[in-house]
Amino acid sequence: MSKDVAIIGVGQSAFVRSYQGSIRELAFEAFREAMQDAGISTGDIDASIICSAPEYDNQRSPSGIIAEYLGLNPQPTFAVESVCSSSTTGIRVGYSMIKSGLHDLVLILGFQKMSEISSADSQERMGRGADIMWEAPFGTMMPAYYAMHAQAHFASYGSTEKDLALIRVKASKYGILNEKAVYRKEVKLEDALNAGMVASPLKRFDCCANADGASCIIMASQARAKEMAKKPVWVLGLGSATASMTLTGRDALNGLTCARVAAEKAYAMAGVTPRDIDVAEVHDCFTIAELMAYENLGFAGPGQGAELIRAGETYIGGKIPVNVDGGLLSKGHPIGATGGSQVRTIVQQLRGEAGAIQVPNAAIGLVHNIGGVGVYGNVIILGR
Amino acid sequence: MMGFEKFGHKSFTSQTKVNAFVAALESNELKGTKCISCGNTYFPPRADCCGCLGSDMVWINIEGPGNLLSYTRVNYAPTGFEKDVPYTLALADFNGTKVFGRLSSAIAKEETMVVMSLKAAVVNLPDGQITYEFIKA
Ligand SMILES: [Zn+2]
Repeated sequence: MSKDVAIIGVGQSAFVRSYQGSIRELAFEAFREAMQDAGISTGDIDASIICSAPEYDNQRSPSGIIAEYLGLNPQPTFAVESVCSSSTTGIRVGYSMIKSGLHDLVLILGFQKMSEISSADSQERMGRGADIMWEAPFGTMMPAYYAMHAQAHFASYGSTEKDLALIRVKASKYGILNEKAVYRKEVKLEDALNAGMVASPLKRFDCCANADGASCIIMASQARAKEMAKKPVWVLGLGSATASMTLTGRDALNGLTCARVAAEKAYAMAGVTPRDIDVAEVHDCFTIAELMAYENLGFAGPGQGAELIRAGETYIGGKIPVNVDGGLLSKGHPIGATGGSQVRTIVQQLRGEAGAIQVPNAAIGLVHNIGGVGVYGNVIILGR
Repeated sequence: MMGFEKFGHKSFTSQTKVNAFVAALESNELKGTKCISCGNTYFPPRADCCGCLGSDMVWINIEGPGNLLSYTRVNYAPTGFEKDVPYTLALADFNGTKVFGRLSSAIAKEETMVVMSLKAAVVNLPDGQITYEFIKA
């Protein structure tokens, strides 16, 4: 277990349906919070990595304008993209830059302003985040792809629509407590089960909302972290993997291979096992994604994820609390900002600064952030 | 030769080295490719083999019956597909080769189930586009 690179500052804007400002101003909200959290100034930052899914941006090459607005010239900046996992990919790149000795302090800024285009347009653009030659011509979109995974999971393992609804009920319980979440109302089991069908078997409450938002993570070398941070949170393990974008290239749809492989790599690097994880943030863009994550991360055996939620084991006080900040289901999912928001939650947990959602004595936490429908998988293990 | 933009309810690609896929559909056949050097088979068809780096391919027929691996009936559609709603997207297995497409609207919701037996059928759309769908075997 190495402690070479730490996270010394985290920040996030409120995630909202429609941000009343420009992308540079949205980015600044997360940036200011992370800089104040780290207690540093712009001159301390050696490089910035800007993360977003470019199909939503009117601004071409947004890293240029954002680095300028954040006061990060003349330091190097560039963009990183892996759709919904862009900002954890940025963290992977930042880790490499620090570990190599190239830089001491790197800032990772994720953002997305999705409200400038209609929901149908956004689904069409996201649908083109799948194979445009062989799948998009049939009318695909993200909910449909995850719905096919849900149907396959049901058929393989006997999981049910109620299991998915239970995951949404949990998300809403914690979302109410998160003042930065876009959705803060209670969702009862009946509400989730009776909601309108989007793509069978996924109903309205099985899907997260689009949102506008930004997140910011500041990473530092061991020496700088020890000198600057009161409570550095160490990057213990990083795992990344990919799977065929085209569904025809996948062995099965009852889980995400990229997540399973990324988790194996992250556990191996950190030298820990799933049982050592005290709190986890998983990529619940849809309820089925959280259910598959339980299994792909080893919190439950294949096909046994539903038992965790049925027994309440992923609530605070359970065996492995998952998404106690409300998850994407409650917070909303501003594509490029999402992974950084997940990391922020775990950092706060490990510092003991998570307030009403604090998992007692959390020492090791995990982030699972997925790009596309299981195309890109990033798993990060953090420790105090 | 016909451009690839003729394939699908709505196309996002006009040029590919496997354009002949469309001509095969016009002859009522669903085809993948097979690498002459190493024998790898591909569906969707590919012009290049990532197994041996060869590009000498022959066309092979995808033949049924196959089995339904998973599906979803969508009530919302992306831009350009609104008029088709609801429709069912599906993944089927044809003797080890997986094929993505739509399930025929003639298959009732109640009888749609994983592992049901299917075959592929070519569909000529009213606007001149061509595609395939899965029907009961
Ligand atoms: Zn070959």
